[in-house]
Amino acid sequence: MRRARVAFGGQVHEAVVAHDARTLRLADGRIVSEQDVVWLPPTTPRAIFALGLNYADHSAELGFKAPEEPLVFLKGPNALVGHKAVTRRPADANQMHYECELVVVIGQTCRNVPRERAYEVVGGYTVANDYAIREYLENYYRPNLRVKNRDGCTPVGPWVIDRDDVPNPMDLRLTTTVNGQTVQSGSTRDMIFDIPYLVEYLSGIMTLSPGDLILTGTPQGVVYLNPGDVVVTEVEGVGALQNTLVSDQDFYSPASKSSR
Amino acid sequence: MGEALEQPPYKAAPVAPVLYIKPPNTYRPHGAEVPVPTGVEALEVNGVLAVVIGRTACRVAERNALGHVLGYAVAIDVCIPHASLHRPAIRQRCRDGFLPIGPWIVARDEVADPDALTIVVSVNGEETSRYALSDLVRPAAQMIADVSEFMTLSEGDALLVGLAPDGPRARVGDRVEARIDGVGALSCTLVAEASA
Repeated sequence: MRRARVAFGGQVHEAVVAHDARTLRLADGRIVSEQDVVWLPPTTPRAIFALGLNYADHSAELGFKAPEEPLVFLKGPNALVGHKAVTRRPADANQMHYECELVVVIGQTCRNVPRERAYEVVGGYTVANDYAIREYLENYYRPNLRVKNRDGCTPVGPWVIDRDDVPNPMDLRLTTTVNGQTVQSGSTRDMIFDIPYLVEYLSGIMTLSPGDLILTGTPQGVVYLNPGDVVVTEVEGVGALQNTLVSDQDFYSPASKSSR
Repeated sequence: MGEALEQPPYKAAPVAPVLYIKPPNTYRPHGAEVPVPTGVEALEVNGVLAVVIGRTACRVAERNALGHVLGYAVAIDVCIPHASLHRPAIRQRCRDGFLPIGPWIVARDEVADPDALTIVVSVNGEETSRYALSDLVRPAAQMIADVSEFMTLSEGDALLVGLAPDGPRARVGDRVEARIDGVGALSCTLVAEASA
C-alpha cells in the first residue's frame, strides 16, 4: 500500500494512492484526482537523517575516499517539501545539484536494533531529492546546514510504500531525469553501508521514532542545474518524485504560478 | 581554535555560523539523568543559552530579530569529547538525553540584553567554567538573522548560543549545574548508560 499526506479542500489528509496513481482515497472515503491535491511530505518525522558519501562511485566522483564509519548528518522539518513542489535556487548558487536517494521510513519506536532484526522496525520506503549547493560548503560539520538544511531544499515523497511491498530494497534502480533526459543512474546494491547496518548504527546511538527518515545517499552522476529545470528522482518500485527548480525572481514574485 | 582554523581539514575560518542539530530524543527536563555510554570516561557538559523562538522567523533582519523571540532558557549541550569539527558528530552529540533544557522560559522582555549574560557551569558544586556571551562572534540577534536566511525558525525552536571551546567535563555520579543569572539554573546528573 502507498500512503500519502495531501492537502485537499482546505484540510490536510492521510490518503491511500490508487494502483494507477491517478487517484487517491482520503481517510474520510472521498476519491480525489491526484491533480487536485497538494502533495505534502509523507511523514512528520522527529529526526531526519541523511547519509553522505554512501556510494563508492559518488565518493570517487567528488574526490573523497569512502568513509569507514557512516557519515550521517541531520536535517530539520523546514528542509522538507512534497512531490510536485518548487525549490528555490538562490541567485548566487551556480553549483546546485540533485541527489536521488532511497529513504527508509522508521515504523516503530526502537533502540539498539541488531542488523538481523533491522527490517522489523522499518515501516516503508519513499524517495528524496537531497539537493546540494556546492558553493556553500565549508569544512565545519561538513556538509553544513547552509548546504543541506535549506528551506524546501529536500523534496520527499510522493508517498510511503509499505515495507512488505518492496521485497529487496537493496537491489533497486535509482534514476534521475532533468527535463526528461536521464542524468543519474545507479543501484542500491552499491551502497557502502546498507539498510540493516544503518538501522543498527543509528539505533545504537539514539532512539528512533515512527516516521523518522533515513536518506541513504546517492550514486554518481551529478550535474549542475538551472532555474526552470524539472527534476524527477525515481527509485524502482518505490516512486518517482518531481520537483521544479526556480529562480529567486520566480520564487518570490506573487505573479509566478509555480510558487504556490 | 586559533591557528588550527587555518590548517587542514578546516583550511579557513568559517564564514557561515557553524551549526548542528540536537534532535528531540536528546531533550530532557531539569534534574534529569544523562546516560554516559559504556567505555566513555567523561562527557563534555557545555552550559548554553537557549534562545526560544515565539514567532516564525524567516529571512529576518538583525534589527527585528529579537522580536521573534519568546524568551530564554538554560541548556546543557552534552557531547562525547571529540577533537575534530570537520564532520557531523551525530554519534558524539545526538545521544538520548544529551540536551537537558529548562527549568523554565524567561520571557524576552525580562532579559534586558541577552548578549550581556554570563554562563557558569559547576560540577558537584564547584565552578568549572565561566563564559561571557559578550565574547561571541555573533550577537544573538545576528545569529537569528544569519540562520533564518536559509532555514525558517518556528515557534518552539531554540537556538543554542554560547558554546565554549573545550568545555568542562563530568563523569558518572557527577551533578552538573549550568546557571545564567537572570534566566535560571539547570541541573542534571550523569549516570551509567545501562542504569539510565
